[in-house]
Amino acid sequence: MFDDGNIIAGLEIGTSKICVVVGELTTDGGLNIIGLGQSPSQGVRKGEITDPQKVEENLRTAMFEAEQMADVEIRSVYLGVSGSHIRGFNNRGMHPVVSADREISPDDVDDVLKNAKAINLPAENTVIHAVRQHFFIDGQDGVTNPIGMLGARLEVDMHVIHGHANRLQNAIRLVKATSLEVEEIVFTGLASALALLTNEQKELGALVIDIGGGTTEYVVFSDGVIRHSGVIAVGGDHVSNDLAYGLKVPLSRAEKLKLEHGSALVAEAAKGQTISITNDLGLELKRVNVEHLQRIAALRLDEILRLIAQDLEAVGLTDYLRAGVFLSGGTSRTPGLVPLAENVFQMNVAPGHATAISGLTTALDQPEFAAAIGLVKYGSLKSRRREGKSLLPRGLRGMFDKFKILPR
Amino acid sequence: MNPDQDNQANLPVVGSETLTLPVVKIIGVGNAGAELLSALATPEFAAAQFIAVNTDAAALAASSATVKINLENKLLRGLGTGGDPERGQALAEEQFSTLKSACEGAKVVFILAGLGGGAGSGISPVLAKAAREAGALVLAFVMLPFDCEGNRREAQARAALAQLKSAADGVICLPSQKIFKLIDENTSLVETFKFSGGFLLEGVRGVWQLLTRPGLIQVHFADLRHLLHERHAENAFAFVEASGPGRAREAVEKIISHPLLDDGRVLAESDAVLVSLIAGKDLTMAEINRVMEQVKRQCAHAQIIMGAAVDAALKDKLCVTLIAARQGPAPTSVTPRTETHSPATTTTIHREPAASRTVIKPRRPGNKAVQGQLPLSIISKGRFDKSEPTKHNGEDLDIPTFIRRGVPLN
Repeated sequence: MFDDGNIIAGLEIGTSKICVVVGELTTDGGLNIIGLGQSPSQGVRKGEITDPQKVEENLRTAMFEAEQMADVEIRSVYLGVSGSHIRGFNNRGMHPVVSADREISPDDVDDVLKNAKAINLPAENTVIHAVRQHFFIDGQDGVTNPIGMLGARLEVDMHVIHGHANRLQNAIRLVKATSLEVEEIVFTGLASALALLTNEQKELGALVIDIGGGTTEYVVFSDGVIRHSGVIAVGGDHVSNDLAYGLKVPLSRAEKLKLEHGSALVAEAAKGQTISITNDLGLELKRVNVEHLQRIAALRLDEILRLIAQDLEAVGLTDYLRAGVFLSGGTSRTPGLVPLAENVFQMNVAPGHATAISGLTTALDQPEFAAAIGLVKYGSLKSRRREGKSLLPRGLRGMFDKFKILPR
Repeated sequence: MNPDQDNQANLPVVGSETLTLPVVKIIGVGNAGAELLSALATPEFAAAQFIAVNTDAAALAASSATVKINLENKLLRGLGTGGDPERGQALAEEQFSTLKSACEGAKVVFILAGLGGGAGSGISPVLAKAAREAGALVLAFVMLPFDCEGNRREAQARAALAQLKSAADGVICLPSQKIFKLIDENTSLVETFKFSGGFLLEGVRGVWQLLTRPGLIQVHFADLRHLLHERHAENAFAFVEASGPGRAREAVEKIISHPLLDDGRVLAESDAVLVSLIAGKDLTMAEINRVMEQVKRQCAHAQIIMGAAVDAALKDKLCVTLIAARQGPAPTSVTPRTETHSPATTTTIHREPAASRTVIKPRRPGNKAVQGQLPLSIISKGRFDKSEPTKHNGEDLDIPTFIRRGVPLN
């Protein structure tokens, strides 16, 4: 059997499909994707589990496929979580440096991080990530490692992503029921950003939008750290649903029409065009106007992007996105989405590729897998740090990890 | 001995309205009203005059009210109205002058009633009219029956509510069915009624406190009058309590998720909101600010009246009373809700061609136009029918975008 310390698996239970990605840590510290598994997801709505039994069945299928392909046994996974209950916000913690020589010690740093995490969350919510951004010493900006510097007041900005504890626990319990361990839960928006962005892009400032089946997650990186995150519980499912309602066709048919003719812009060529819907015997049931189809889809996608644009405007981050906008998730395959997003955000938009990893290129180019690949990447960053600290007893290790969730 | 009155005397006098406590009469109508009235008979309300109005002599005798008005006549033979609002109404109209004289001299009249039966539904609208003619500001606090009480009661309640809305200055209505969400399976019937009654009484208490508590930032009687008078408004209220270090935040969350405010939707549609905060001596400006900021954000269109008061007895508790008024369907009304009623305006909402919206205009999120929803849910949400609705600034994102933006498909 392999030493499975080198094997990292990412699991995303999405609204339209369940993705498993298996990665292997190479000896030189790189990460190789060696296996993929997927299965259509049936018991999930808007990123949250509604029918655990169906999900469990689908999960086993996807897991089996991934294990077969990678030829390893998966024992633990990094689990992606999403849903409208997840929120992100920035918080600042302050700590006075009391030592006589005003030198900042590691204890001071621990204290300020603790202060930054002391937040008033609603009782039923729990913190998923607390990522430190930058330190300030006496108001001076942009300090990344304050230990050994002199100052009287140490402050830190932290980005906190939190969600409803019970709803998060649902997914974890389900995975554990299939006798898998959950290493950690990770916000899927963050995972997608990890997969798509290079360090330079994070430094320049970038927005990653993961438009999935049931939810749309977005994350803003700038100056190398996460600045903003959010979830809108609207996704490709909504496009299908709108089409089913607007064109008066069954949902399954609407789904098919979306894949074949859907577009984020109303194409000039579509005007006045119709397509006929036939039943199993080839008899025509009705004719559907392509222009209407595309208009309905375009309006929905336009709205999703605009909601994000408004949110970024509200927090004042629009001017920080110098590397542009990156799209991932199944719905980002919609033709015309890139020009639409360029129109909405007035900046460069690119469909995302999982750049920071090597391995199966078929996987890396598919936007649906971005989140799951990001989960593996997250896992690799975690385990690399763990190696560095392997002298510490396990309990202490956990404590340290909490303080440093994201390396730069 | 009433501590409130003592404090009242020390107040800085601003307007003539605050010189003395406005005379408040609380009138319970019918059996449910009498029940609510007796629950109110605490020292806190000692300054108010209690009046019970009923058709049932036996129930009236058991009431603790100071003034009792029996609308019994020979026709009923001591059997009450028998659940028929028309009889109640006829009786009340017959004795209109009695009711009017009972309200004489009051600045504010609270009417407490349970709608759906004979007395509550029949008498309340007439009483409201009488009280208004007597020159009082009339506020009705009414309960609607549970769904399981049957169609007839519900229809009667709805009809009475409509009458009451046109007769009274303000109606605060508690649909009992909404209480269902808040109680658990094992709650007994008696407790349920007590609970729903308690809810209504919270509203009465909130308004009462507004009028009587010495405020740091005082809500004048005139403010309340302004909010309600001649508006024929429909009101929703919420009364929440929170304590501990994060109480301001907690209070805001409770308000936003309050079942009587329809998860914040009511706030988005209201055009006047009155907020009153009462807390112990440690109430900080920052807390007031935090609550008001959020409330403001929720109700972009509303005129907001704010009051704050300190009551040492509350210790570290923070109580927030919020009354949201929505303009009734009067001809001059401009609320988003009524906009969707008239077909002429429906089609003009958000009908910009897609091409003209290419540039993102910087706009504050609070200013975003909130589109109302049709009162009847005729738009199916398809596969999202049973899932948790996705709300964003009061808009239901599960409804197809092209419908919300009013884009026609020919």
